[in-house]
Amino acid sequence: MRLRYLTLTAVAFFSAFPLYYSVVVASRHNSALAQVPPPLIPGGNFFANVSRVFDTVPFGLALVNSVIVAGSISIAVMFFSTLAGFAFAKLTFRGRNIMLVITVATMMVPAQLGIIPLYMLMVKLEWTGTNYALIVPALVNAFGVFFMTQYLSRALPTELLEAGRVDGCSTWGLFWHVVLPAARPAAAVLGMLTFMSAWNDYFWPLVVLNPDNPTVQVALSTLASGYVNDYVLGLAGTAIGTLPLVAVFALFGKHIIGGIMQGAVKG
Amino acid sequence: MSTLPLALTRRRRRSVRHTLDVRVSPYAYVAPFFLLFCAFGLFPLVYTAWVSLHEWTLLSETQEFVGLGNFSALLADAYFWNATFNTLSIGVLSTVPQLALAIWLAHLLNRRLRFQTLFRVSLLLPNVTSVVAVVVIFSQLFGRDFGMINWVLSWFGVGNIDWAAGTATSHLALSVMIMWRWTGYNALIFLAAMQAVPRELYEAATLDGASTFKQLRSITIPMIRPTIVFVVIVSTIGAMQIIAEPMLFGQSSGGGGGIATGGPDRQFQTLALFVYEQGFANSTFDFGYASAASWLMFLAVVVVAGINFLITRRVKGGLV
Repeated sequence: MRLRYLTLTAVAFFSAFPLYYSVVVASRHNSALAQVPPPLIPGGNFFANVSRVFDTVPFGLALVNSVIVAGSISIAVMFFSTLAGFAFAKLTFRGRNIMLVITVATMMVPAQLGIIPLYMLMVKLEWTGTNYALIVPALVNAFGVFFMTQYLSRALPTELLEAGRVDGCSTWGLFWHVVLPAARPAAAVLGMLTFMSAWNDYFWPLVVLNPDNPTVQVALSTLASGYVNDYVLGLAGTAIGTLPLVAVFALFGKHIIGGIMQGAVKG
Repeated sequence: MSTLPLALTRRRRRSVRHTLDVRVSPYAYVAPFFLLFCAFGLFPLVYTAWVSLHEWTLLSETQEFVGLGNFSALLADAYFWNATFNTLSIGVLSTVPQLALAIWLAHLLNRRLRFQTLFRVSLLLPNVTSVVAVVVIFSQLFGRDFGMINWVLSWFGVGNIDWAAGTATSHLALSVMIMWRWTGYNALIFLAAMQAVPRELYEAATLDGASTFKQLRSITIPMIRPTIVFVVIVSTIGAMQIIAEPMLFGQSSGGGGGIATGGPDRQFQTLALFVYEQGFANSTFDFGYASAASWLMFLAVVVVAGINFLITRRVKGGLV
């Protein structure tokens, strides 16, 4: 019994410690890194280091880009996933089941495999170096569709839709007036999950963007590579790129976890 | 007399519109997903196969058909086999302990517990952290001279380890990063499955005097087997595609070599990183060669995932 709490506390400690330690280093002077034993409490240099980050890489631009990209992707994913989820969960049409199976199956396709032709496609569209290259391919995804299908088939009473029909609603009217309000809790969770993964995405932005117009993650990797011995700088950047998300997670973590667990059970 | 046919057509028109609305509009609702998937998922996938059969670079306007030439060149490329070995090694080192630990953690969380939410949130915290942040932070922790991990190890008389330099040590360091980020996530998925197991089974087992470990082995694991199979397959697919961690570890550990070589001796270059090197980091932008490597990587993913699927499905109860 006591051992269980001890174990879980230890795991919680190891989960949080690297993040805490990165803030400790980020708030100190470079010389603190050569100390033995290493410092364990934050120092007073955090804001000086952060301003150095903004001087070294276009971090303000990166923040704006990341907010635009992750924000528009989240809104689009919430909308299109609810739309498709509504069709799969509550409407009857030929080929529905097979289309749902195909949707779930596409989750297994490794996206990395197609990165080269995808890049060539972006070159053709002249989208390389722009946020379109990040936003458009991500407007909707299989996980979102599946997630909303599951939620709506469980949480939205069919009687409510029938009542709407009797009142003369078209299918679109039903979606707008009945489904969207009912989907709000799940859509919010989906939106947060999508925002986080878009914010944290690294590989595709690295391939398709220019270093002078980066997202937060690309800017962080520039910091980490170009200034190898300046760990303080790298970690200060990491802290300001990561902490907003951690704060959001601390606030809404309970709902996000509920969403992940729901979305995964039937996988 | 004349109003009757008019009303009829109006009614028919309305019923046509209704039929269209009910029968056809659902296709419009699912269309965005399928269109986007075809354009940015399926098309690139199929086109990769076409590109892989050509001598195809970004620099040259013409593409020469070379058949399976790229594939045979790959199979003779020692760097390709090195990357395959590294991928499998890092994959096994990170996935096996991770999943065992995740099942055990889920088991601990699957009781009446105080601070339940707090523990769950702390478990998922690493997963919210970006890959870039994880590698930057852990590169510091794994530093040779002033890293926290070497400092702790020094208490036990272990000398300063240059983690990024060796094959085994760098694989271990990368596995720790991957495990740190994903163990809690998988634990939550296992926990979700465990909560669907009927409580009565545990009550009966407790009455029979079965220990919690025995209960985990004989009740929990067999009951959540579908989820275990699912998680093993997903983790395998993920492990076969590891790229950001070795790429960034090579950068931020300052070991030298290019960004895509995975250390100066390619000691931690994975398959996905090899593909990136050939396609994007190489001065020739050899898309044909990189596409061929992608397809071999895909083949490896299918084979390894298939083997794991067969193994996990056959294991009965005695997984731990």
